[in-house]
Amino acid sequence: MNVPATLKYTKSHEWAKLEADGSITVGITDHAQEALGDIVFLELPETGRTLKTGEECAVVESVKAASDIYSPISGVVVAVNQAAVDAPESINQDAYAAWLFKLKPSDAALCASELGALLDAAAYTKVAESE
Amino acid sequence: MGNSSLVTPLHSSHVQLGAKLVDFAGWDMPIHYGSQIEEHHAVRRDAGMFDVSHMLAIDLSGPGSSPYLRHLLANDVAKLAQPGKALYSCLLRENGGVIDDLIVYFFTPERYRIVVNAGTADKDLAWMQAQAAGFDVHLAPRRDLAMIAVQGPNARGKFWQAYPGSRAASETLIPFQAAFDGDWLIARTGYTGEDGFEIAVPAGEAAAVWARLHGAGIAPCGLGCRDTLRLEAGMNLYGQDMDETISPLEAGLAWTLALKDERDFIGKAALLAQKPTRQMTGLLLLERGVLRAHQTVKTPHGDGEITSGTFSPTLQQGIALARLPIAVAAGDTVAVDIRGKPHPAKVVKPPFVRNGKSFVS
Repeated sequence: MNVPATLKYTKSHEWAKLEADGSITVGITDHAQEALGDIVFLELPETGRTLKTGEECAVVESVKAASDIYSPISGVVVAVNQAAVDAPESINQDAYAAWLFKLKPSDAALCASELGALLDAAAYTKVAESE
Repeated sequence: MGNSSLVTPLHSSHVQLGAKLVDFAGWDMPIHYGSQIEEHHAVRRDAGMFDVSHMLAIDLSGPGSSPYLRHLLANDVAKLAQPGKALYSCLLRENGGVIDDLIVYFFTPERYRIVVNAGTADKDLAWMQAQAAGFDVHLAPRRDLAMIAVQGPNARGKFWQAYPGSRAASETLIPFQAAFDGDWLIARTGYTGEDGFEIAVPAGEAAAVWARLHGAGIAPCGLGCRDTLRLEAGMNLYGQDMDETISPLEAGLAWTLALKDERDFIGKAALLAQKPTRQMTGLLLLERGVLRAHQTVKTPHGDGEITSGTFSPTLQQGIALARLPIAVAAGDTVAVDIRGKPHPAKVVKPPFVRNGKSFVS
């Protein structure tokens, strides 16, 4: 199972990356794309939308199922990956390269605490393996 | 894999190929071998093969075979004159509800083969046995057989490359016709909307046949793309598009009923008395998205429901079969409720794709 050590994870199979500029990039894990099968459709949040941690904000659809995506961090959506929308299968090819959206955290301290509450690679691996 | 799962004679072949296995009607079956979409494209463009050994072939024999089937089935086997010719029929209850859909092959007036769905096999066999009372017939379920479907524009050609000795028996088969080749039955039938064969072989030979077909360049394909292919081809799936509570007239299956002559069959009286208020149509989603079973469809004539939906790999669009009010016409625009929001879809007459070509704009 591919679970990069540099990322943080949620129990609902999202990954979050703290970027150098303080923004957060979000995607779904390799385990999630494998479980979904061939991904054919994405619905991403609009830029400018404010999200709270745990808020349902996107949908990733395969032929098999529609999977809701929950924001790992509170913040404003500043970018969405149009390339992934145009080629949803890119998520199956590399779930960590095919990011979904980027957030500007509402508040640095809140962001630090929300990141701290996420799972690290080892903890997420246990969650995914137990499914 | 549950310890009560049934397995086909090809199970270890699937495991060796790295198939993702899932439960299907109590059988441990491959859903794909890597990519369901790639397998779908392989069938539309080249050649793919499916293990369909979970389905059940039932051999019927005896002097009463023809009258028995003319009583049992909604379609009329009297239409089958050429040896090996087959037809698609519903098996109905007295009240006209669909017990199963099946294919029946005629060999002689005293010899037929019927192939039924995996999930309904036990039910069908029990029903057929019960209905055989009073007919001089024998029903033999053939669990000693494996069945492999090779489908695609290059399927028959690649099959003959793998088995040149089978060419003579199968080269002149017309669609919906079968022939024996030693103890194999080769049928020019399928569930994909592409040309090809469905081959029944003794179970002990199955793994070797599968390996040789693979060697000839036929791609192993799982149940995942089997569903997207049949839906593109406008073919019903029993248990989803129709079941015992549904009349064939509301499942797009009126064409499979032979009602016009004096032949009485189980369910005929009920069908003749029905006044359908719903019809089966196709839907093409007009925006990008996936259509799914049970989504509500809003039309100017009332609500309907999607029975089978998917994202068509060939058309790159959401497609569905839907049961809608009878007044809806092909060409109408309707609204599908996806996650609480309406999305426009066009009503079309299936099929969506056959022989690699789109039938819808």
